[in-house]
Amino acid sequence: MVGEGILKGLVETARNFFGSYVGKDRLTTVQYPEERLPQIEAARSFPFLVYDGPDWDKGMRCVACQICEKECPPKCILIKKSADKKPDAVGKPQFYPAVFNIDISVCMSCQICVEVCPFDAIKMDVDYDLSTDDRFGDLLLDKERLAKSNEYYNAIHPTEAAAVDAHFAEERAKAEAKAKAATEAKAAAEAKVAPAAQEQPVGGETQ
Amino acid sequence: MTQALDQIFVLTKQWLLGFVPASAQPICSAILSVVPVLIGFPLLFAITTWLERKGLGRLQNRYGPNRTGPYGLFQPIADAIKSLTKEDIVPLTADHTVHFLAPVLLAAASFLGYAVLPIGRNMVLVNMNAGVLYFFAVGSVVELAVFMAGWSSRSKYSLLGAMRAIAQMISYEVPLVLASIVAIMQAGSLSTVAIVDKQAGYTGIWPHWFVFTPWGVVGFALFMIAATAESNRSPFDLPEGESEIIAGYYIEYSGFKFALFFLGEYLGMFATSGMAITLFLGGWSAPFSFLTWIPSYVWFFAKLLALIAGFIWIRGTLPRLRMDQLMSLAWEFILPMALLNMLDAGIWHFMPAGVLRWLVCTAIVAVPCVLLGQGLKRNKKFQVRTYQFAK
Repeated sequence: MVGEGILKGLVETARNFFGSYVGKDRLTTVQYPEERLPQIEAARSFPFLVYDGPDWDKGMRCVACQICEKECPPKCILIKKSADKKPDAVGKPQFYPAVFNIDISVCMSCQICVEVCPFDAIKMDVDYDLSTDDRFGDLLLDKERLAKSNEYYNAIHPTEAAAVDAHFAEERAKAEAKAKAATEAKAAAEAKVAPAAQEQPVGGETQ
Repeated sequence: MTQALDQIFVLTKQWLLGFVPASAQPICSAILSVVPVLIGFPLLFAITTWLERKGLGRLQNRYGPNRTGPYGLFQPIADAIKSLTKEDIVPLTADHTVHFLAPVLLAAASFLGYAVLPIGRNMVLVNMNAGVLYFFAVGSVVELAVFMAGWSSRSKYSLLGAMRAIAQMISYEVPLVLASIVAIMQAGSLSTVAIVDKQAGYTGIWPHWFVFTPWGVVGFALFMIAATAESNRSPFDLPEGESEIIAGYYIEYSGFKFALFFLGEYLGMFATSGMAITLFLGGWSAPFSFLTWIPSYVWFFAKLLALIAGFIWIRGTLPRLRMDQLMSLAWEFILPMALLNMLDAGIWHFMPAGVLRWLVCTAIVAVPCVLLGQGLKRNKKFQVRTYQFAK
């Protein structure tokens, strides 16, 4: 019969029309600002800088080695090295970035900076509500806006952050052990030196 | 009381006319009649764009616009502000005058048809004795506007779009007029007011609408199909097929001129729907005799909104036709059916009323409809298409 298929189609769309008022399960739209889909753990938007402890400026892991700046394909990172040094996450005195800017209007979210960073200082954020009415100023993120705490990093990428934290704990333990050994050796040497002056050579210095 | 409510607009106009001197009365009368139409139908256009977007959304399991105001009701206002503030781009090589005139002519021509539409009892701008003829005559001016738009833009896409639009509109103009002839035959008049009056009676509670006869229902269906094609709406929206020729003849238009094309298209749709109501659905008359206390203009607009809902439903359901399918539908199915339908209406007129008349007249249209449908199907060979350059 001519027009049979048309009638079938009309019935189908009518069912959609009334069904969408009755059952919410038909409507797949997520009403974005009010509702959000849960993000997968590997989600990424733009890079941010991780800091430890309460103070973002003091605890920043970045040591201004500038590897990420050199590797960045679209060249969206600008780093200026500091003149002085301050202790890094492990405790060694290091340079720190006096200026660290990322232009996220240029950034292509490739994650290469994260992969090349030897200090686990730069990681990928998951925040995507970044629209702004200031095209140049608000999309050029400076050090302060890039700095986010290690707790935040743990919250957005738990597995990855746990691995990083474990690695840091290991490093810190090693450094502590080394320092301890060094002080012990020093103390032992001094102890030896004091009673039997200049009888035995100073030993036990490892590396 | 009912009488007064029904005639409230007519009485208000007469009351207002009492304040002007006799010499100025004709012009004031014309202005008082035309201005409500010029305001009312664009307002209906605004509401329809909202209804259409909401309705299409629901047909496709979406919400539709729901951000601007309650239920997205201010969406048309937002759209209007947007189109008014957008840059109006005219191509450098375009014929500026014609390019400017095309949307104006389209909107103006779309308005002209309303002059003969009876939107209520005693509510018609001009009771012309050749009203239906006039309606189709001004309706064809739209084609000129479309071609002006396509030609003056000096773009091959808009020209191709215009050619397709013209081919389609002219092809469907023929069945549109032929389908409406049955109503004219039965009413014995070209005047829209006379056609509505003829349908305004009742047998028991049932109205004498032409759609409740075998030739009427076929005529109405054919008229609506042709009207859909005539107003370039889905599934006959080939002239503006986004996937094929981007936007058809108005591809080079932006800003408010583009909005005018939209307005013209919707006004044309309302006008042809109004004509379908006048010819087949009894114009402003109530569907049952006990509902006549509801004002006549309410019935007209209720029917109009019902037809618009039908248009939206069809748009949300059917995919776009191919050009050859469009043409074969017009010339191989709708045109012969319309001609047969005229014969049917003639037989109905001369046969004595009764069951036999119903049976004969139904058979005359139903049997060829089935046969033609089968004939259309038989010629279709479904096969896997191979593309020479896609291998």
